[in-house]
Amino acid sequence: MSEEAFEAVGDYRYGFHDPENATIRFDKGLSEQVVRDISALKNEPEWMTDLRVKAYRHFEARAMPDWGNCNLLESINFENVTYFLRSSDQTEKNWDDVPDDIKNTFDRLGIPEAEQKWLGGVTAQYESEAVYHSIREDLEEQGVIFLDMDTGLKTHPELVKKFFGTVVPHSDNKFSALNTAVWSGGSFIYVPKGIHVEMPVQAYFRINAKNMGQFERTLIIADEGSSIHYVEGCTAPSYSTDSLHSAVVELIAMEGAKIRYSTVQNWSNNVYNLVTKRGVAHKNATVEWVDGNIGSKLTMKYPSVLLKGEGAHAEVISVAYAGDGQHQDAGAKVHHLAPNTTSNILSKSISKNGGRSSYRGMLQVMPKAFGCRSKVVCDALILDESSRSDTYPTMEIGNSTADLEHEASVSKVSGDQLFYLMSRGFTEEEAMGLIVNGFFEPFTRELPMEYAVELNKLLELEMEGSIG
Amino acid sequence: MGVAMSEEMLRVENLHVSVEGTSIIKGLNLTIHRGEIHVIMGRNGAGKSTLANVVMGHPAYEITQGTIHFQGQPLEELAVFERARAGMFLSFQYPAVIPGVQVGTFLKKSVASVRDDPPKGRAFRKELNGAMAELEMDKSFLSRYVNDGFSGGEKKRLEILQMLLLKPNLALLDETDSGLDIDALRIVSKGINKIAPEAGCLIITHYQRLLDHVKPHFVHAMIDGAIVKTGGPELALELEERGYDWLDVAA
Ligand SMILES: Nc1ncnc2c1ncn2[C@@H]1O[C@H](COP(=O)(O)OP(=O)(O)O)[C@@H](O)[C@H]1O
Ligand SMILES: [Mg+2]
Repeated sequence: MSEEAFEAVGDYRYGFHDPENATIRFDKGLSEQVVRDISALKNEPEWMTDLRVKAYRHFEARAMPDWGNCNLLESINFENVTYFLRSSDQTEKNWDDVPDDIKNTFDRLGIPEAEQKWLGGVTAQYESEAVYHSIREDLEEQGVIFLDMDTGLKTHPELVKKFFGTVVPHSDNKFSALNTAVWSGGSFIYVPKGIHVEMPVQAYFRINAKNMGQFERTLIIADEGSSIHYVEGCTAPSYSTDSLHSAVVELIAMEGAKIRYSTVQNWSNNVYNLVTKRGVAHKNATVEWVDGNIGSKLTMKYPSVLLKGEGAHAEVISVAYAGDGQHQDAGAKVHHLAPNTTSNILSKSISKNGGRSSYRGMLQVMPKAFGCRSKVVCDALILDESSRSDTYPTMEIGNSTADLEHEASVSKVSGDQLFYLMSRGFTEEEAMGLIVNGFFEPFTRELPMEYAVELNKLLELEMEGSIG
Repeated sequence: MGVAMSEEMLRVENLHVSVEGTSIIKGLNLTIHRGEIHVIMGRNGAGKSTLANVVMGHPAYEITQGTIHFQGQPLEELAVFERARAGMFLSFQYPAVIPGVQVGTFLKKSVASVRDDPPKGRAFRKELNGAMAELEMDKSFLSRYVNDGFSGGEKKRLEILQMLLLKPNLALLDETDSGLDIDALRIVSKGINKIAPEAGCLIITHYQRLLDHVKPHFVHAMIDGAIVKTGGPELALELEERGYDWLDVAA
């Protein structure tokens, strides 16, 4: 990002926006007609149109969740959201063919560079649809499918129909209903039996337009004994009016498969980020959510795992940073449905400048799921008096053979730590940055190096100009 | 000693310090020149750590009277990090734990902020490896988190490693020898002797045994916030043998 661009947007480095050159833009507001129009525009099969309409009706009838930050939720004006915006007539496979203005955005975000260096595939979504998509040839030759969801539905309708909505049904909650009604974009991935995708594949989501709603839908299926690591990043300009991001992600790990899904969400502070993420792990399979929430105005997100087959494992590592005017309501849900399943949940949050972070967790062990093991650790770091952190853990334990551990801590940065670091030449801000990065380290070390470096830089930036 | 007066590193004059309204240091005077090793001994609670912390700029302590100068400059206006960058170093009695921050990263950043012309890349690694070899520290230290789960001896070794890399003009060593076994004591002493000729050193200790390895020019006895007696190395022996009661009378 250039110096001028940086100055223009202040603290939030991705707050720049480019001129909006929509080729199709729907009027604001939502109706059954809007839903039908989106489906028609995409030439979808009838079953998908029907599903969208059913979901829309459910959305209309369904109440808001009665937990999280209800006041903020109620302030969402669904009539003021643009539900579909096409900014490019097709998804390009060749970077050079992407329209210049969009290319410019992703260049500034470093996407093409990342692809060359360390990725197995990339999809870049701009507003409602993917504008660029590529996968390494060797993966394609091995039968790995990595497509944007719209193309996936066109080219692999049976596979999509078989799995779409099976992990997160439209009736799950108000926002999964909304997503099912108006979804557009997202990723569709299928990894064949026994194939290990060694390099991560990445999706990058960018909202550029004002009052935009982004509703991507991602479905990842890892067939028996296969593995994949999917990474997503998200940014948006800082407008004075709100945008809405409401995604649904469904993961299916067949017997012995492993899916890791890593997110570094860095939306600008005007974005409502209300996402339903859930994975199913069959026998001896592993589902891992590595989930970082740095940006947004309100995030409500509780990556969850259904441990459906014996010996399945869930891992959820999440961090949340809540600064001025932000509420991160994040957590994890793990359901032990089968015997001898195991789970680890590690949640870390930092609140600063009046920010609020909440951990909301659910751990369920079914009566017949014997011999399960679970460890939940929640650590909160509060950087000043005006900030807040809460923990809302729920446990439903159906039998007495479960081995459960739960630890929670709330801490502050100690004067001794600051003095020690400052005596080694660090300013107070730098010292805070080090402590904060250290606090998130168990999360950061799980990220691809490029993301880890970026995250550390971001946090250091957040510590600047805030002490005194 | 040479003809020219060697450079003054630290000058503490009539220092009075209180913490939360309680007076702890009461009229302390001390001057340290480049190349001098000073030792302060005294009972627990005498105010030794307070002195070291105050010189380094700890915000909890209030200077109610007196002045501190470093290389002729008054310190009151200098923030803690500026003192570090000016060449002051404190080896802590109880070094803080910084979870999640790797020693290697920490050292590199610290050297970069403190030294005028910090070594970079390969030059830094070479210097780091050399210093670690000297202190008989294993490479695995570098990937551990700063002081996290360290034994007492490991913490002290890390303090000395930092001192070697930061190359201070004034080193304050607060009970760096406490809790060390003979080998560790020898290694830590080696570190002190390495920087001592170019710096001013203030060593706070309870034990004469460190002085088998490090030869002080001055030994001070501190009682109730003031230096009550100054002598040569023989004073350390005497203090360890006789304790401090005989000085109370004098004070
Ligand atoms: N931060 C502090 N807050 C309150 N009391 C302190 C603080 N630091 C030191 N003191 C008190 O000052 C006195 C001297 O302490 P200290 O300088 O640590 O002694 P020494 O290092 O000689 O053992 C003790 O009574 C101690 O309790
Ligand atoms: Mg002490």
